[in-house]
Amino acid sequence: MVGKPRFGSLGRSLLILAVVGWFALLILVPSLALFRAAISGGVGAFWRALTSPEALTSFQLTIGITLIATVVNTVMGLLLALVLTRHRFPGQTFVDGLVDLPFAVSPIVAGLMLVVVYGPNGWLGIPLNAIGFQVVYAWPGMVLATIFVTLPFVVREVVPVLREFGVDQEEVAYTLGAGRWRTFRKVTWPSIRWGLAYGVTLTVARSLGEFGALLVVSGNILGRTQTTTLYVHDSIESFNTEGAYAASLALAAVSFILLIGMESLRRRVAIREGTE
Amino acid sequence: MGILVRNLTKKYGDFQAVNGVTFEVPAGQLVALLGPSGSGKSSILRIIAGLELADTGSVELTGEDATHVPVQRRGVGFVFQHYALFRHMTIRENVAFGLELRRPKPNKDEIRARVDELLGLVQLMGHAERYPSQLSGGQRQRVALARALAPKPKVLLLDEPFGALDAKVRDELRAWLRRLHDEDHMTTLFVTHDQQEAFEVADQVIVLNHGKVEQMGPPQWLYERPATPFVTEFLGSVNVLNVETVLTMDQHGDEVPLSLDLPGSEGGRAVYVRPHDLEVQRHRDGRPCWPARIRRLTPLGGLARLVLTLHDGTDIQVQLTRQRCLELSLAQGDDVFVLPKDLKVFHQPGNFVENYMI
Repeated sequence: MVGKPRFGSLGRSLLILAVVGWFALLILVPSLALFRAAISGGVGAFWRALTSPEALTSFQLTIGITLIATVVNTVMGLLLALVLTRHRFPGQTFVDGLVDLPFAVSPIVAGLMLVVVYGPNGWLGIPLNAIGFQVVYAWPGMVLATIFVTLPFVVREVVPVLREFGVDQEEVAYTLGAGRWRTFRKVTWPSIRWGLAYGVTLTVARSLGEFGALLVVSGNILGRTQTTTLYVHDSIESFNTEGAYAASLALAAVSFILLIGMESLRRRVAIREGTE
Repeated sequence: MGILVRNLTKKYGDFQAVNGVTFEVPAGQLVALLGPSGSGKSSILRIIAGLELADTGSVELTGEDATHVPVQRRGVGFVFQHYALFRHMTIRENVAFGLELRRPKPNKDEIRARVDELLGLVQLMGHAERYPSQLSGGQRQRVALARALAPKPKVLLLDEPFGALDAKVRDELRAWLRRLHDEDHMTTLFVTHDQQEAFEVADQVIVLNHGKVEQMGPPQWLYERPATPFVTEFLGSVNVLNVETVLTMDQHGDEVPLSLDLPGSEGGRAVYVRPHDLEVQRHRDGRPCWPARIRRLTPLGGLARLVLTLHDGTDIQVQLTRQRCLELSLAQGDDVFVLPKDLKVFHQPGNFVENYMI
């Protein structure tokens, strides 16, 4: 027989074993190792490291930045997706392509772009500094950097859902007398909410984990502009391994919870799409 | 009067989708907009609904100017080819959607009663609490129709309503729509590219081509008296022959020549003969005829389709009853005589038509 490779049951078993082994080596082993390392000094030491003032401040900052970035990107991402799919305007393909720029550009480069614009000598930074509003090396810059880096997630999740959804149902609603807002609320929203939720989850996960862009923009000022990822980085540099492990484990745990949530969301989206 | 459109035009970029269309749909009639894809039929329907704005022209609904009335207040019922049911709502919620937007708003009992009435009308009484994904295509389209009819629209607009259904369901739904219309006489305009569908369902047919109205009238009248070659060719199969082929037939033998009294002999004209307007004989009987050879004979149940080759090599299609075929015991390769019973000659400049009954 020519063409398709054929596996005997032995070949099949070996293949599965190889894939599972690779997965374990790559993901499971390091995860477990991190967990062991974090609690190697006992639960008490782990808890002290986790609740040290520096760690707590970094958690607060990370949570705050994540919240703002997620809210902004959810609203703006949804609007951008609606405009991209429901309207025609000059330069549309350009904007459509540009949405993915944050995926393509390294976060460090993204951070640098913001410093150039909003930095003490940047062309928006000078007037903003003059009125006493500091963007770079302060939390507004960090929020901006996070928003920039996570912009594509909601757009890229919602656009295909809107395209697949089409305009027929909305147009029928119009002919039945429904205005734009009512149509969005009653017809469009129920169809896109799971896709949107998936995009929001990805945005949260990415915001929590962002490092490169923040490193450039924040100036990494202890207790003021130090997010959890920056705290982990600093702790490693200063041989505070307990702190690094504890904070890392916290980040990993949140990511894991998000991942489970995301998986169940994805199923719901798949089920919904399968029904029509 | 139901629907009146005047001088509608609509351009998409460089493409002139609708090019000066004027027609009227009399109140209470069921009218088909028939044309090939790209003829502008869907655009016209969407302009009437208010889903799109025409570049120029006006739309009147039940005697009132609606050209600038927004879609929400035009009072049209619209049905899409792919049903466009609200998929996260039950059938009941779908049908009730438009009712809840009526002002003054009907109360719960009134809405419930009207939904029940419509679900009864579309024979889906037991399906009220189901979701669209649990229904078949034909059932979904009936729900879409019930939803459009629920708020008692002034006119009903259907965009290729049966296009996504398989043949059997399509036939049932066509007959059902016609019956429904015979009962409630809602002014209805529907778009189709299928001439058989238009003929089966509609009181009148408007034939469109390249964004223009080619001809409008009752189906049978259009079929018998097509005004243009396009209408002739679009409404069923037809043989298109050169005038020269037809006139020079008598040079190839001693058959009785066909005398067409054609003024002048310049080109740009064509003769149109429908396959069932041709008769086949074994022998000459004094009437004008052409000798031909049977190239192919395809039995189609009660009918048979023949492809004949004339002396100058022209192929023509002929449709006979199976009965007639058996009487003449026709077979492939036989030499026969063809008699045209009804010819149409179109004169291209001026586009006027002459009809020859022989």
